[in-house]
Amino acid sequence: MAFDPVLAEIRFGTGLSAQRSLPNGSEDLLRRLSGPDTAAQTYPIPSLFGEGGVEVRLYNELLRARNKARGTKDEEAARKELVAQRRKMKKTEMRNARNILLRGIMSEDGFRERLVWFWSDHFTIGPRNQQLRANLASYAEDAIRPNVAGRFADLLWAAEIHPIMQVYLDQQRNFGPNSVAAQKSKKQLGLNENLAREMLELHTLGVGGGYSQADVTGLAGLLTGLQIEKFTQTVFKARTAEPGPFMILGQYWGGETKTREADLRAFIEALAVNPVTLRHLARKLAVYFVADMPDEGLVEHMASALIGSNGDLMAGYRAMIEHPAAWDPAPSNVKPPLDFVVSACRALDVHPAMIERMKDGNVQSKFLVPMSLMGQSWMNPGGPDGLPEADDRWVSPQGLAERIQWSMTAPQALLTRLPDPRDFVVTALADRAPETVKFAAKAAETEWEGVGLILSSPAFQRR
Amino acid sequence: MKRRDFLIRSALLGCSAAASPFMTPVALASAPWDARLVVIILRGAMDGLDMVRPYGDPDYSALRGGLTGGGVGEADLNGFYALHPSMEPLRPLWQQGSLGFAHAVSTPYRDQRSHFDGQDLLEAGTVGLDQGRSRDGWLNRLLQCVPGVSGETSFALGRDRMLLMRGDAPVSTWAPESDLNLSPQARLLLEMVSHDDPLFSGAVTDAIHIAESLGLIDVPETALDAQDMVSQRMKDNRKDAANGHMLLADFAAARLKEEARIAAFSLNGWDTHKGQKNAINRAGAQLAEVIGGLHDNLGPEIWGKTVVLAMTEFGRTARINGSAGTDHGTGSAMVMAGGALRGGQVWSDWPGLAEADLYAKRDLMPTRDVRAHAAWTLRSLFGIDQSVLETKVFPGLDMGGDPRLVL
Repeated sequence: MAFDPVLAEIRFGTGLSAQRSLPNGSEDLLRRLSGPDTAAQTYPIPSLFGEGGVEVRLYNELLRARNKARGTKDEEAARKELVAQRRKMKKTEMRNARNILLRGIMSEDGFRERLVWFWSDHFTIGPRNQQLRANLASYAEDAIRPNVAGRFADLLWAAEIHPIMQVYLDQQRNFGPNSVAAQKSKKQLGLNENLAREMLELHTLGVGGGYSQADVTGLAGLLTGLQIEKFTQTVFKARTAEPGPFMILGQYWGGETKTREADLRAFIEALAVNPVTLRHLARKLAVYFVADMPDEGLVEHMASALIGSNGDLMAGYRAMIEHPAAWDPAPSNVKPPLDFVVSACRALDVHPAMIERMKDGNVQSKFLVPMSLMGQSWMNPGGPDGLPEADDRWVSPQGLAERIQWSMTAPQALLTRLPDPRDFVVTALADRAPETVKFAAKAAETEWEGVGLILSSPAFQRR
Repeated sequence: MKRRDFLIRSALLGCSAAASPFMTPVALASAPWDARLVVIILRGAMDGLDMVRPYGDPDYSALRGGLTGGGVGEADLNGFYALHPSMEPLRPLWQQGSLGFAHAVSTPYRDQRSHFDGQDLLEAGTVGLDQGRSRDGWLNRLLQCVPGVSGETSFALGRDRMLLMRGDAPVSTWAPESDLNLSPQARLLLEMVSHDDPLFSGAVTDAIHIAESLGLIDVPETALDAQDMVSQRMKDNRKDAANGHMLLADFAAARLKEEARIAAFSLNGWDTHKGQKNAINRAGAQLAEVIGGLHDNLGPEIWGKTVVLAMTEFGRTARINGSAGTDHGTGSAMVMAGGALRGGQVWSDWPGLAEADLYAKRDLMPTRDVRAHAAWTLRSLFGIDQSVLETKVFPGLDMGGDPRLVL
């Protein structure tokens, strides 16, 4: 079992397409990933530290103005302004959704998109307030995407301190009980352990990673001082920080509050190269890309590469795709809903203009609503542990019914002319098309049913 | 086919689902108990002071006269509380003792008054959000503690994210927008292409059976037909929420008459900051229709074993705001129904509405944890151990005295 271009595009990319070139070997696959990020340039998503942040701050100001105007003669005007801004932001949200889809559909570097999806889910965020809701896509753009092919330490740092993660895991409510701010406040301010707990349990060491409640509390203490401003900026405020040091994982970290940012950074650097962390990541990557129950040799090979390189993610990816177990030709993982609809659009060769010009309501009804019926709510994963990995969580009667329904109806809405199913089975599955699927493509009574059956088949749903 | 025809047909078939051989797989025997529970999350923060009006409180009319227009006593329940007009169709249930309310209740959530956090806490059933964000909901943790639970035992319905049902125990999901339009030929071919994959072939069979039993399988003539049906249904569900909620209730009833024992879904539209009179009328009417629909569709025998709990993330301000609505508050009410309920009463340790009695001088003061009522319901209805309820299902909850909610 060795590198196979078709399987590479299906298992490590966003699916086969008649238009885009297949990677011709592991080196080509990795070279595309280390090259320029063409998809992001073509289909931009605003940063929270730029355009996206401007929107958020304006919305917040209008919200305050509206609240202040309650019960006065200015209320109606203030409300109208707020509603107008909310509408504008809804448009941003839908444009971002289109661009995320288009990146996957048009990319020549599908592995990068898949890594962005994987790491965005590993460092899950979701809606916590109206202010940030429309701009949640900025998080992956700012923190995840630039770091997927670099050092895990940089990815970890960028994800944890991004304002959207800070809000999602309540860091704005984490105050040192003995901080200046707590002593001067009338309210009872204290530690909030959410970010610390998820950082250890989900983002790094993993469940059973050998940390204790005391380590969580220690890390929550070390994290005090980190605060967000206007929902768009993370800053260090020494006055909210608990004086250290804190015992975490058998070592003291952080002393005086004024060097807290550097002390936290040092801790995160150490946590990122901890072998327990890197083993956890190796397994999770193997589960996501290869199989629910991955080959132990593959996991071990990836873990050693990550540990040996102090968390160089490229080394981990290289170890994965050079290992024979990654190329077992048997159809393996079920595509999550986003991966499914994107790979279907690629196979169907949906014209980008069709999606670029699609009305917001149609983006909802053709993509986002069906995806949520398949079990993946757009930008709303349900919990900090993100999307399920096990195949049987996706293939429920409801989820599968929606996949079938979408397969039967969406292609007609996205294309001016449906492909002949007998050709489409080759575009969509190449040499991986089972005889039964080829037969169904021929035997279907209509073109749309033929296309729908191919997309609904386990051969297409799995990768 | 017109939307209306579809609804009528699906309602009829929904009721006759009991007779369908597809709907009675072997799982029937393994149901862990016989009683039924429906949990409805009222999203947006229901104004308990409007739905169950404490008109006998001397301070009520001064606070709320603008919404009730006086004359509240006409809708009297027990000399102190009155029913919101939108719930009036349920009065017969109140008289039969299968409708009741708990008042001045809330989760432990205080002060921040965010829908996101409030709903998270309500569905997680935990004490606070400072010990880690929740991954699972209290209904799922209940299922984790009971042997003999299968994927058929519980259904999370609708498109809303239901943290309440999220977790390691198996739970089925279904949304009324879902359907499956397959010609007989496509269906055979689908079974053929899935045949060698046990996971897929099992799910295909189940999906077809469920869709069939609900009358959801239409045979479209052309792709455009199929697409029209789907987009029409989407549109109807969006515009005409009046249908969406009844599809949830119909589906829940159809499943509960079979092997399902628990169903949960949400009803939205309770965030009445502005023009509350109309907004809450709409939401209240939907809730009343859902409860009425469950009563009618379940039939006397199953209804007699059923409890419905409708709970919300927090209440609303005691005073009316400048736009004839109310803002986010604290204490609210829980709506309960079902033949197994010891209804016809309002359970409350009424705190009063004088300014000094209000929470933070603005909201109805909660006098009981809404989770305690839910826990006692699970205790009485399913015989769950109190220690399991206080440590696993609602960790950290002190259930207090038994309100004797269930017959």
